[in-house]
Parts: sequence; C-alpha cells; structure tokens
Amino acid sequence: MSGSTAVTHVVETDVLVIGGGTAGPMAAIKAKERQPDLRVVLMEKANVKRSGAISMGMDGLNNAVIPGHSTPEQYVREITIANDGIVDQGPVMAYANRSFEMIQYLDGLGVKFARGPTGDYDVRKVHHMGTYVLPMPEGHNVKKLLYRTLRRLRVNIINRYMATRLLTAQEGRIAGVIGINTRTSEFVVIRAKAVVLACGAAGRLGLPASGYLFGTYENPTNCGDGHAMAFHAGAALANLECFQINPLIKDYNGPACAYVTGPLGGYTANARGSRFLECDYWSGQMMLEFHRELESGAGPVFLKLDHLAEETISTVETILHTNERPSRGRFHTGRGTNYRTHMVEMHVSEIGFCSGHSASGVFVDEHARTTVPGLHAAGDLANVPHNYMLGAFVNGAFGGESAADFSADVGFGVLDRDFIRHEQERVLAATTRTDGVSPREVEYKIRRLVNDYLQPPKVTRKMELALDRLSEIRDDLEHLVAGDSHELMRALEVHSILDCAEMAARASLFRTESRWGLYHHRVDHPETDNDAWFCHSLMEKASDGSMVSRKQPIAPYLFAVADAERQSFRNVRVRPAAQGD
Amino acid sequence: MPLVQQTTSVPVSVDKDKCIAAKGCTVCVDVCPLDVLAINGVDGVAYMRYDECWYCMPCETDCPTGAVTVSIPYLLR
Repeated sequence: MSGSTAVTHVVETDVLVIGGGTAGPMAAIKAKERQPDLRVVLMEKANVKRSGAISMGMDGLNNAVIPGHSTPEQYVREITIANDGIVDQGPVMAYANRSFEMIQYLDGLGVKFARGPTGDYDVRKVHHMGTYVLPMPEGHNVKKLLYRTLRRLRVNIINRYMATRLLTAQEGRIAGVIGINTRTSEFVVIRAKAVVLACGAAGRLGLPASGYLFGTYENPTNCGDGHAMAFHAGAALANLECFQINPLIKDYNGPACAYVTGPLGGYTANARGSRFLECDYWSGQMMLEFHRELESGAGPVFLKLDHLAEETISTVETILHTNERPSRGRFHTGRGTNYRTHMVEMHVSEIGFCSGHSASGVFVDEHARTTVPGLHAAGDLANVPHNYMLGAFVNGAFGGESAADFSADVGFGVLDRDFIRHEQERVLAATTRTDGVSPREVEYKIRRLVNDYLQPPKVTRKMELALDRLSEIRDDLEHLVAGDSHELMRALEVHSILDCAEMAARASLFRTESRWGLYHHRVDHPETDNDAWFCHSLMEKASDGSMVSRKQPIAPYLFAVADAERQSFRNVRVRPAAQGD
Repeated sequence: MPLVQQTTSVPVSVDKDKCIAAKGCTVCVDVCPLDVLAINGVDGVAYMRYDECWYCMPCETDCPTGAVTVSIPYLLR
C-alpha cells in the first residue's frame, strides 16, 4: 500500500451515481429507464443491498402528496413556512408534483403501503397544517426491491469503493471520480459524462450523548464525504447553518417515532406526562420548544404511549421493532422499558447536515443540478428541504434523468493527471506512517469540539474558538496512521468530517441572526432579521482553497405566503389553559 | 506518538456451531454497512473485527443459519 505501487482500475461510463442508499439507486434506475442503452455505474462505499439510511427499510412516507388528501400547492406552502421562508419553491413544487407518481412506481415494485378498508391509501395527519403521512408497516424490504430492479436494468454496481474526490475537467465541468477499495486500497478512476452525487447526510459531525462514535442518528457510513467532495469540486452548498437536530430515544439515538405513534395517539410529553407541543412534526421551531422543555424544571422529555389500548401498543411495537431501526425493541427490553407502563425518555440528537429533515446541503435546482455542469445531487445531501425518503426517491429520479440527458450531448472531460497523482498521495499518506494518531482519536476530538462549540444555542465566541481548534486539528491530519485498508477508510472519513465541521462553524458565523428555531439559534443574535437575511447563504471554495460564504436571493415564490400563515410554525407550544377566577 | 492496542467489548456475537463461513458463506460480512465483520482465518467463523456498530441488524437478519446476534453497544445500554 504505498504510493509508488498503487493499483488503479479505470472505468468509463455515461452516467455515474455515487451512493447506493435511497436517492442513488433511484437515480440509476431512472437514468436507465430514460435511455436503456446508457452505461450506468452505481458506486457504493458499503453494499447496495443494505446500505444507507433505509438499510432496514422504512416505516412510512412522511411527505406524501396524494390527491384527495393534499395538493402540491398546499405542500409547498407548508414547507415554505416550516423553513421560515428560506426555500426555492421550484424544486419543492417539482417534488410535490411527482410525489404521487413515485408512490405508484414504488407500489408497482412491490413496496407495501397502508390501505384503508376501501383499498385507498391510508393517509394520516402529523404535520402542522396538511395531511401527508402514509404508513408502511411492512416497509422492511425496500432495499431488496430496489436491488432487484437495479439488477434487472443491468446497472453496473461497484460495491466497497469509497469515492474520495470528484474529478473536474479544465472548463469546470464534471469528469468523473477517484475512489479507493475499502478492503484492498486499490484505486478506481471512473470517467463519466455526468454524475449524480447521493452520499447521504453528514451524520458523523456531532458526537452522540452516549459518546459512542458510531451510535449516531444517521447511518454512520454517511459521514459527510459527499458534502466535502462537492465543496472541493467547486459546488455551492446552501444554508449549512440550518443544522439537523432531531428528537430521539435517549442513548439509543434512534427515532421513537412521532410519525408512527402520533396518528395512533402517542405524543411528546414532559416529566409530568403533559403534552407541551401542539404538533410533533419535526421542525426547528418544534425542536426549540423540545429543547426548552428538556432544560426546564418540567423536563426531561418523554414519548407517552402508556395511555393507549393494548391493541394500539402492539401495533406500535410491531412497526417500530421490525422497521428502520429494529433494535429499538432490544434496547427497551434491556432497560425494562415497556410502552404499556413506561414513558420513553427522549433527548436531542447530535447535530448534522441532512436535508431529509432540515434544509442544508448541496445547492440544486428542480432538475437536481448543482452549480458544477454535469454534477447532480439528490437525497439527504442536496438542499431540497424536508426531503425524507420519498424526496430522495423523487429527486434521485430527477437527477438520474437529467444526468442521462446531459450525457447524451457531451463527450468525456479531459482528466487532470496531476490532480489524480496528488489525490493518490493524499489518500495513501496515512499508510506510510508507523507513529502518529489514530483516526478514531482524531474523529472523537473533532466531534467532541463540535458538541462543545457548535451545538445550538450558538454563541459567536465559541464558534470562533471552534475554528481555532479545528485549524490545529487540520495540522494533525498529517499524522494520521492507518494500519490497514479499513482504517484508511476511517482516516479519509476524518478529512471529510473535519471539512464539514469547519463548514458548519463558518456558515453559522456568517448568518448573523436566528432562524429555523433551534437549528440556527444564536444567543447573541436572537432575532430573525428578514431585512438582512431573507436569503440563502451559499458556501463555496475560493481560489486559495478557503471557504467563502455569500448571500443568494430566494427565487421568486410560486405561491405567496400570508403573514398570518407564516407565523403558524412559531406557535407550536401548547398555550396554558385560561385561569378561572 | 507511539501507538497501543486496547481491549473493548463488541456488540455482535457469532455462534460458532451455527456459522457456515467455513463453507464459503460471507453474507454477514457482505451486508454490513460499516464493514466491521470478517471471517477468522484460523477457525473459519465470522467475528466482529472493529468496534464500529450501528446496531442496524442486517448481519443478524440476513444470516441464513441464525448464527449472528446483535446486542446494543455497552455505552448505549
């Protein structure tokens, strides 16, 4: 494993999809369906059979726009309000318009959705305003169905290769990717006419309260390498200060989950068992009230199910203990927690970048196109807000189709041989040392500092201190030691985690106001300042390699939002009952 | 700085009598998102090589002989 003997495989393809979780497979499928004779490669750090956020399936669609239950316009308004107005409505509308078609497509693949007695989809209400939740009590087999479809369409799947840098041609357009096998440290250079980046959330940014590095909310393979690669390739990233913070089962650090239990009568409660939220839909405003309750004398916070009927609780258990995070049941058994008799203690997650639940990520338009020609992004990595699984599928489809169209019109970009050689040296550096620091230590330190200095409530001076500490750790990257190919993967992930931590700090310092509830709650800039900050913040790589932020206007709204509506997510706390005389 | 190895408990355990890795099965190793499982070259049994577990359970669910058990990592229990 030294630079001089590096083995490099070269692959050529029309469309390359990086990331085989949720958006990635759908991008590959839709590129093939668009143009069956295209060569499509799906590159995955793990194994497409069980990779990504839906490794063990999903228990429901949280944002289904289904005729008769909600309209695209209603959905666009709700998402605009839930994001304090910082939304380009075009991509949200494009998603909403295709949402139902995608549900029918998934249904056709064999995904089972809940149906009522008449055979219609059994849609439930969890959001503040509209009705968008479609349960999937038997949703554990989604990956299997996707995998079968990829095979049928002859998508070329390359498992256990980790992308390390995107390759761009001289004119700035995408040219492919370089990556490394996570078991053999062999390189692959994939030349592609168009690329879809779908590497998931940056989920190893904050440290979970348990202190266990891999006990994250997100699948920890999703460490932010997609965000880092997009940045280094020159793509703009939007609103990274809008952190993901979710309400989770304490210590287990998985969802409880409000979308499953809410429609059945469960709710978030304080230590007295009293409801304090009007709406359990995950938004920054909801998380701010959750955090306030957690820190108050009425805290901590619990999920309350113990008032429900046995039949209902059995249903909840069956769904929660067989889908998405099935080891929940094992965790509760270990602590003697029974939904029938105990409330479940809840906590806030570590911070991350994830448009699945918040609004940050690689900046894209309604065709999933980034600011780099030929490079697309979809899923938790791209910035279409409150995406969830269905959004990853729909935006993945947009990306795959746009990439197929783009590749039809262009040849291959010219590869930069010097860049590839330098990248191979960067990648293998940790294997050339025998003394130094381990990836685990460096990762722990970065993520512990993220918790100390970047976790909201945000304080300016703390975030400046974070930049000082992170800059010192950047020097430590030169001392990382990897004893084998697996440790080398972790060492390379540490580079990405550090990039994401620095982006999180810089983006948070740039926006000198508070917005999105807890997600960007700045104690020393407590007000929302619509005069100065009703805009996106975009982060890009400057010519000297540094991170620079700029303001980007919000695209003109398709649907105006009235002031009274705009405030509705600000009032998610239950108001105290009027006192009698 | 010099480096040392440290002992740690791991959440995935494998029943030696049920594991058929010696016959060529690599299902648990293949499906693990974190790539933390391996086959022991000496006794031909799968084991957890790295303490980097998301307790997500594909290894246990997909094992054809029911040899794999995922526990909650000690720090979270």
